[in-house]
Amino acid sequence: MTAAVAMLALTAPIVSAGGADDDTLTINGDLEITTKAEAAPHLDGHLDEVISGWHFRSDETQALEMDDFDNPGMIFVDQAIDSWNTAEGSEDKSCADCHGDPEEMAGVKAVYPKWNEEAGEVRTLQMQVNDCRENRMGAEPWKYDAAAAINMEALLSSVSRGLPVNVAIDGPAADTWEKGKEIYYTRYGLLELSCANCHEQNYGNYIRADHLSQGQVNGFPTYRLKNAKLNGIHSRFKGCVRDTRAETFSPGSPEFVALELYVASRGNGLDVEGPSVRN
Amino acid sequence: MKLTGLTMAGLLVAGAAFANTVVPDEVSFGEYGAVEASLSGTEGNADKGREIFSTKSMGNCVSCHQVSQLSDVPFQGEVGPPLGGVGEYRSAAELRGIVANAKMTFEGTVMPAFYKTSGFIRPGDGYTGKAAKEPIEPILSAQDIEDVVAFLMTLKEN
Ligand code: HEC
Ligand code: HEC
Ligand code: HEC
Repeated sequence: MTAAVAMLALTAPIVSAGGADDDTLTINGDLEITTKAEAAPHLDGHLDEVISGWHFRSDETQALEMDDFDNPGMIFVDQAIDSWNTAEGSEDKSCADCHGDPEEMAGVKAVYPKWNEEAGEVRTLQMQVNDCRENRMGAEPWKYDAAAAINMEALLSSVSRGLPVNVAIDGPAADTWEKGKEIYYTRYGLLELSCANCHEQNYGNYIRADHLSQGQVNGFPTYRLKNAKLNGIHSRFKGCVRDTRAETFSPGSPEFVALELYVASRGNGLDVEGPSVRN
Repeated sequence: MKLTGLTMAGLLVAGAAFANTVVPDEVSFGEYGAVEASLSGTEGNADKGREIFSTKSMGNCVSCHQVSQLSDVPFQGEVGPPLGGVGEYRSAAELRGIVANAKMTFEGTVMPAFYKTSGFIRPGDGYTGKAAKEPIEPILSAQDIEDVVAFLMTLKEN
């Protein structure tokens, strides 16, 4: 072995140790995003610090998220603004007719998934939007994680950027949260891997060419360079479960709603960052 | 298909190899997880093992392990320990046990079991996301495991 190769072999693990870099995320020069925070008490013994997936991406990918003109996800936010203002359904009403400007929704994304008292269930943002479409507009519901739905989620997320994720896990949401937690630690598929095996035990490590993050969802929807579109939380979950050579759950399924609540709660304290940019 | 003498001979060889194969549920692990007897009854081929180790659709071991001797294989992972010298301090029986089912050697390990066909939660059909077809095939065959073990035994200089 040559000296140069030996050096490389020695330094490789040191360079990647810890994994997350020390960069800071500021969007459009003035919107500071909290991308590292003390872990919530419910993560005691599991994580000390929670870290946004942004820290595990290359400088080039990171830069795309720092200016709305560079962030390809913002094109879809613009499309959602049109949709926000378009009257639809038997009631011929738009989102704007009832909710005003999208900015009125600042803070909403940060607390979802959330318990809905009348429905007696935990709802994701997409479920809530569909409830308005079906029951208040008389319009067709959007398919889960389909373009129209994900674009609207990106708009609702964009107006909450810089506000801390603060998902409630107690009270009536507790049962769903427990169910999500159980899924998070279950070792699925022929590879018998849980979310925690990769995102809790191994974040910062490379798994083949991928730099493992904590698998946080504060950045969703994410624009991925890989498929050049906005990606939903449940679609990402589906991909990760599939990669364990398992039978997956479907976007919008009760399992993924519960898992979203649980994973979102692991990011309590991080700022909403979507639409983010990932590879 | 027309059965020529050649394919007949092939079938007979395959049948013979199969007769010596230990099926996944019947592998006998020692107290510390080692497997003494060959799984296929046929000696492993280190070159073949190298390919299985490095190829995504096969063992895909490089996603988690670095091996300095495989400098031509890009993107070696860091989830498991580097294996550059593993043939020096591990016996073939220990390696066979680790590759067949690492959980018998390292309790609760992240490393998947490559020769196992039962006890899974929501087993899938490859990477399709759909339910596995019965009967479930192990990720690697008995001979694949022997080939990988033969390859690991060559990893001495570090
Ligand atoms: C006819 C009136 C009406 C229309 C049209 C309407 N909504 Fe609503 N929406 C409501 C009401 C009422 C609520 C429940 C009270 C509240 O939380 O504001 C609500 C709640 C919501 C919430 C949850 C707010 C929270 O704090 O939990 C979201 C998100 C939302 N709507 C999005 C939309 C979107 C997106 C559209 C268009 C696709 C839309 N709504 C169309 C009336 C409407
Ligand atoms: C075999 C390893 C593996 C398992 C198991 C796994 N993931 Fe992932 N996950 C990845 C990789 C690789 C990526 C892409 C790099 C990254 O962001 O970590 C990823 C990305 C993610 C992301 C996107 C993070 C971001 O900031 O864009 C989320 C969310 C996620 N995973 C959640 C989960 C959940 C929930 C589970 C369990 C149902 C899970 N993962 C299981 C490997 C895994
Ligand atoms: C998903 C990650 C992963 C994959 C894939 C994987 N391993 Fe491992 N491997 C590990 C981890 C983690 C350990 C450390 C055992 C422990 O303490 O949990 C390990 C340990 C080992 C050891 C023991 C090393 C020692 O120092 O004793 C050998 C040998 C090994 N792996 C070989 C392989 C082979 C061969 C393959 C493919 C057929 C493979 N591994 C695939 C994660 C993996």
